[in-house]
Order: sequence, then C-alpha cells, then structure tokens
Amino acid sequence: MKRFLSAAGFFLLLILVWQCAFQARLWSPVLLPSPVQVASYLKEASGDGTLVHSTLITMRRLLTGYFFGIVVGLPLGLLTARWMLVRDTLGTSALGLQTLPSVCWVPLALLWFGQTEAAMLFVVIMGTLWSVIIATETGVRNVPPIYPRAALTMGSRRLHIWLKVILPASLPFIVSGMKQGWAFAWRSLMAAEIYVTILTGFGLGQLLHFGREQQAMEQVIGIMIVIVLIGLLVDKTLFSPIERFLHRRWGTSQ
Amino acid sequence: MFHHKTGSVSEELQLVPPSKISIENVSKSFRSTTGPVLALDRVSLSVGEGEFVCLVGPSGCGKTTLLNIIAGLEMPDSGTVLANGKSVTGPGRDRLVMFQESALFPWLNAFGNVLFPLKLKPNLTNKNRRDVAKYYLELVGLTRFERANIHELSGGMKQRVALARALAPNPRVLLMDEPFAALDALTREQFYGDLQKIWKQRKKTIVFVTHNVREAACLGDRVLLFSPYPGRLEEEFIVDLPRPRDMNTSELATYAGKIMHSLKQSAPTA
Repeated sequence: MKRFLSAAGFFLLLILVWQCAFQARLWSPVLLPSPVQVASYLKEASGDGTLVHSTLITMRRLLTGYFFGIVVGLPLGLLTARWMLVRDTLGTSALGLQTLPSVCWVPLALLWFGQTEAAMLFVVIMGTLWSVIIATETGVRNVPPIYPRAALTMGSRRLHIWLKVILPASLPFIVSGMKQGWAFAWRSLMAAEIYVTILTGFGLGQLLHFGREQQAMEQVIGIMIVIVLIGLLVDKTLFSPIERFLHRRWGTSQ
Repeated sequence: MFHHKTGSVSEELQLVPPSKISIENVSKSFRSTTGPVLALDRVSLSVGEGEFVCLVGPSGCGKTTLLNIIAGLEMPDSGTVLANGKSVTGPGRDRLVMFQESALFPWLNAFGNVLFPLKLKPNLTNKNRRDVAKYYLELVGLTRFERANIHELSGGMKQRVALARALAPNPRVLLMDEPFAALDALTREQFYGDLQKIWKQRKKTIVFVTHNVREAACLGDRVLLFSPYPGRLEEEFIVDLPRPRDMNTSELATYAGKIMHSLKQSAPTA
C-alpha cells in the first residue's frame, strides 16, 4: 500500500509539473497541450472506438508475429545448440542479424509483401526470431552436463532429456531472450506502423502518424501514453510472474 | 501383453534382488594435453549381491571412471562389465548414480526431483508415483522439506534428496561418487549411520567411491585400493566389523590405519 501511494504521488506530481509548464506558456500550446486536453482526446478516442480498435489491431499483429517468432525460434535455437554445423551457419547469421536494428527490415518487407498485413507480420517475426534463437542456444549450452547425465541414469533418453531436462534447465536464458524479443518486436512494429499506412487496419503507430500530420499534439502524446501503458502492462502481467517464479525456484536474487 | 497400470505401491516398494557386478580386464585411456593417460589398466573385480564395496585411491587412479563405466555413462576401451549377468551397454535404471554434487534439478522442488525417475516408469499411476516418492523422502528423513526449492536446502539435505531420487526407481545397484565429500564432518557422520540403515533395509549392492579412508572403512564390507598412472587395483581389504559401525572406534581406526599405510606406499611421490 505504501509503495502504491508513493508511486501514485510520483505520477500526480509529474502531471502537476506538466500542467504548470502548460500554464506558464513555456512552449506554444500547439507543441505542449495540457494534460486535460490529452485526457479529453483519449476519452473521445475511446468513446468512438478508435482507440480500442487500433489497440486491438496492433496487439493482433504483435501477438501473432511474436508467437510465430517463438515457435520458429525455439526449435532453431535447440538445433543451433545441438549441431556444430547449424551453429556455424544459422547461429552466426542469427548473431549478425540480431545486431541489425529491426526497423531495417521495414523497407525490405514493404518491397516483398507490399502494404499488407504480411509485411507487418514479417517485421515482427524478424524482431523476435534472432533474440529467441540466440537466447535458447546460450541457455542450452549453459546447462551443466551433469543434469543430462543424471537423467540418463534414471532412464531418460533423447527427446525426454531435451524436453524435460535441457529445456527447463535453460529456462532462465530463454525467458530473458523472449523478453528481449518482445521489446524488439514491439519497437519494430511501431516503426513499421508509423512508416506505412496499411488499409487493412490502422494500428497505434498509424494513429501516432496521423496525429503528426494533423499537428494534433494531444493525439501524439495520448497515443504515446497508451503505448507505454501497454508495454508496462505486458511486463507486469506476462513477464514479471514468470521471472518471479524463476527467481524463487533457482534462488537467484531479484 | 496388456500394458495396464497395474503396479501398486506395495509392489513397487518390494525389495528387488541386488545385482552382482563382474568386471574383467577393463582398460580405459583418455587423451590429455600431455599425451594419452591410462585411467584404468586391466582392472578385474567383482562385487557380490548386496555387498557394500568402497573404491579408494588418490585422484587420477580411475575410480570415478570405473564407476561411470559400471553406470554405462562411459564405455571401456577393452574388457567386459556384467551387471546381473548382463553386459552393460549403456545407462540403466537398475544402476542408479549419486553424484558428488547433488545434480538435483533446480527447476523442480525436492518432491519433484524424487518424482522425476518415477515418471519414467510406465506401469505406475500418478497417485502411486507420488506415494512412492513420499516413502523415499520419509526414508531419508526429509518429509517436512518435500515442497522446498533446491537452493533452500543445506548441502546435507540436498544429498538426502539425491539419495531418495537414486533409490526411488528401486535399482539393484547404487553407485555413489564421493557423495559426502563436500559435507561438513558432523553431517557426514549422521549420513554414515543413515546410509548403513537404508542399505540394510533396501538391500542394494553399493559401489562407493571415496578418497576418505576412514569413510571407506566405516561403510564398506570390502575396501579396494587403487593406484594411479596407470589406474590399477592394488590391494583389497575385508573390513570384518559388526554393523552398524561407528566412525570413532579404535577397531575402525586400526583398519583405516592399515589401508592408509598401503595407500601411502602405492602413491607416487608428489
């Protein structure tokens, strides 16, 4: 409760400072709208359904792409850890491509897929995939060899060892890779949405873009706040519980 | 054959006959930076059914290698290894290993670790598996800690869980690789008593690797002394003392002294 109150106090203070800056006319109201203007935009946009609709579209793109990124990345990471040949080829490529900012996939995706959902999906998958592959490989290679040896003596074999020993043993690495993949996917999707208009649906990035075109700063700031809130929400509801579980089980400090 | 889940708990806990282990002319060498090292040089020995045998020797004498070969985790370059009359071609549930580090799985709690090998036995129901796991956790005295995460357990408790996990599939042979080396003296002594009790109760053949001569004299029916470079079986001592044995008796000290004396003679000067 005390933590909640101090956090709430902090954000109230932040809004207050913002309001003061607005009233002091430090910047033109076109560049810095008041918190009330932003709030009323958000209220209006939620009221007419724009906001919910765009959020759903963005989340659908993100979750679909992220899901495929993990489903493809995890087995590829396992293969990379298992076979030297895959490590030298795919592993090296993954390492290189991970350093490529995922925004850089956007021009290529547009030329390949046009202004379509497929382009969006492709960008998100490219954002996720390499992190997941590298994290899985690192995780597997850090599993103490005594675990699979012990499992062997207990009658565990090949697939069972991979699924029940090596995979759970590398979970701390895999989860941090998934978290990184999520961050990369989220960033690249926003970049793609701001960069291109896709007629099959306007996501949050597109709302941000329209806000700029109409010089509607309250829309720009409002959407930015929504994007931050979604990021926070995902972290708190999806990753934090998993990480807490890992810390408790492994006894690593939080 | 029908494959019903017929294994009841009492059936699962029934004593299985301990195996005899026969090792004949086993050799094994490793490559090292200074050239090939003969870890085992034509070693022959046999362990009787239900016998407790300790392998003692300085590091490099191949005692752990021999244990791994019996476990089926490593293959000898030449020679034969028979467990229960059958040639050892790989790891098997009839020969369970307890490692020096507990090798417990940190993603499972104590109970989950003991359950792990039982889940690999197809003829048991889940309820029976849980009951069997409970039985072994009680046997090692850790019922209260069954929900504990591994990192919350002390070194001694970890090894107790590891012992329960090794016993759970009801193996015929228990292979122990310096399991108490990292424990403090007091914890170790408690373990000696409990291990002798459990060995008597569950009737296992035990091959126990250690470099601690007193530990070997306290636990073994027989103590086999190995010498290094190349690893050879040097001498054999029969410890003819009543059980349960106490570490701190003068009779035991006499045996340990005799073994220590031979060990010093066989060890190369450092």
